[in-house]
Amino acid sequence: MRFRAKIVDLACLNHFSRIINTIAKLAKTCILRLTVCKLYFILSDKVANGGASMWCELSQGNFFDEFQMEGVAAEHNEIYLEFVPENVWRALKTAQSAKAVKIKLTNKHCPCLRVAVELPSLSSSSRVVTHDIPVGVIPRRMWNDFREPSVPDFDVSIYLPVLKTMKSVVERMKNLSNFIVIEANLSGEMNLKIETDLVSVTTHFKDLGNPLWASEDGCQSSAQGRDLESMAGACIDIKKLQQLLAGQQVNPTKALCNIVHKRIIHFILLHEEVSLQYFIPAIA
Amino acid sequence: LSRIGDELYLEPTESGLSLRAVNSSRSAFAAFLFAPLFFQLYEPGSAGPDTELFRCKVHMKSFLGVFRSLPSLEKSVGKCLMLLKPRASRLVLQLHCKHGVTKTHNLAFQECERLQAVFDTQRCASRLCAPARLLAEAVVHFPPTLAEVTLGTGTGGKISLRNYVEDEAEPSKTMVTELWLAEDEFQSVAVAPGSHITFCLKEFRGLLSFAEASNLPLTIHFDEPGRPVIFTLDDTVLEVHLVLATLSDLESSSQSPSTNGVSHLPAPSDDFADDLESYMAAMETSEGRSEGPPSPTFPLRTPQPAKEEEEEEEEGAVPGTPPHKKFRSLFFGSVMTPGRPGPATTQEVLAEDSDGE
Repeated sequence: MRFRAKIVDLACLNHFSRIINTIAKLAKTCILRLTVCKLYFILSDKVANGGASMWCELSQGNFFDEFQMEGVAAEHNEIYLEFVPENVWRALKTAQSAKAVKIKLTNKHCPCLRVAVELPSLSSSSRVVTHDIPVGVIPRRMWNDFREPSVPDFDVSIYLPVLKTMKSVVERMKNLSNFIVIEANLSGEMNLKIETDLVSVTTHFKDLGNPLWASEDGCQSSAQGRDLESMAGACIDIKKLQQLLAGQQVNPTKALCNIVHKRIIHFILLHEEVSLQYFIPAIA
Repeated sequence: LSRIGDELYLEPTESGLSLRAVNSSRSAFAAFLFAPLFFQLYEPGSAGPDTELFRCKVHMKSFLGVFRSLPSLEKSVGKCLMLLKPRASRLVLQLHCKHGVTKTHNLAFQECERLQAVFDTQRCASRLCAPARLLAEAVVHFPPTLAEVTLGTGTGGKISLRNYVEDEAEPSKTMVTELWLAEDEFQSVAVAPGSHITFCLKEFRGLLSFAEASNLPLTIHFDEPGRPVIFTLDDTVLEVHLVLATLSDLESSSQSPSTNGVSHLPAPSDDFADDLESYMAAMETSEGRSEGPPSPTFPLRTPQPAKEEEEEEEEGAVPGTPPHKKFRSLFFGSVMTPGRPGPATTQEVLAEDSDGE
């Protein structure tokens, strides 16, 4: 089992760092799944995570100049690692002007991701900073725990408002309440609501647009025949929503959410080179 | 100086005004000596045959409060007068500002003994001199909350900086960062090969930002682990010394040699195991374990230290001062002459922590 990768392009490095920063804001520890073509950041919906789960995938070719991976076995050519994304973020944070960044899986005293940053210096040789980040190797028998979640059978699918606006609204609401209700309908309307003993606040968005989903067997989802004005919504932990929004430093190309009434809200944020799905379950 | 201690010691001498501070665990000491030429007027007072020049200490916060906002001070203050009034028990700081405004601050002071750590840069086996910017760029790779760092010399003349991992911390859970600097990045390098010292980063960062701001090169004098490390800055009108205790090897070498107890820090090499086949084989054969990998959950950073260190955190201090039990205090004696002590074996006598655990 081996893994070696190298980034030379600064723009790719910055982009990759931003993605790691986003992941670090959503999860203290998460799973990194490596395949020949892609990297996945996975958070499964265990109780420890408050029931939220995440699936983020990106194509390695868009970021790495060199990428070599050998999985645990020929027929299972993948690697699953458990790691603390904040550590990787710290390692990349000071690599803004690096000549190259190499990442390697090593096993000196324990399995580690070694991030080696080659920095320019005034002397003849470059400055090298290495960060040894301990990781846990996930054995094959546990890989099933980390399968890609399927898109839930949603009631309403709607595009999100401009994330910056949504973020500032949610941040202010967070001061007043621990829970927030997101509801939306198929007419492009969304409400963000909080309610406490003293105050209730609702922010209304309209003309957001509803994405069209082509389903596999040609017929429409359960949204078919649904009253266009009728709202579907769920009450979720506001902190989770705020973390998701705060982690977005760049505006996604597409941002939408699928709402299963009173059950779960499935957020999909698509950028050119990376897609992020985040599931926040409804509070019982 | 405020990064080191809560009290500012003022010692006027014939060779200038010395401002000093020491931290509570007596493991960090700093002295700034401003030559008479630094001032428009400098009168240290007169010392009689029986009396020494007057010295005192004031609360750091009170003193800093007078000079609170540097940018506005620079714009509005023309002159600053410092006057010691022993009989009134006041240190007077008078700011003469524009438009005829004079602000006078009367600070209470306490008389004190001379504060002098025992150290001798001449007796240090190793010396490094570097522009402040180089060291600032090096230190930036370590997290702001990192307590201790190990400075070492490796093969090929390379100098390394590595975060120090506490013995109590599990090596399989702690991130290790190491930086290598080439010899030619320094202004001068005269080091004993294979040497290393571990010291506290917090106080050093304070000096580093001062050095960067004043664009002065920093010299590091060090010797064996356990002997203090001395950082100096020199200028025509200013002499700065920062003395930090270093981790003694006795405590660190009893642990596994893989972290910081080694005397030889290897230069970065690629030839260690990056093939985890054997590791995987070992893992797959150990059936019946409900948790898979060795450490399924990681704490966010260095794990919470053992109970002894919780006291430090309750004080509200940033974990920058070294653990009391590990770092020996610097020796503070009553020294007759300022600056260098005599050639006596005072270096051998390091005051032990009285509250060691």
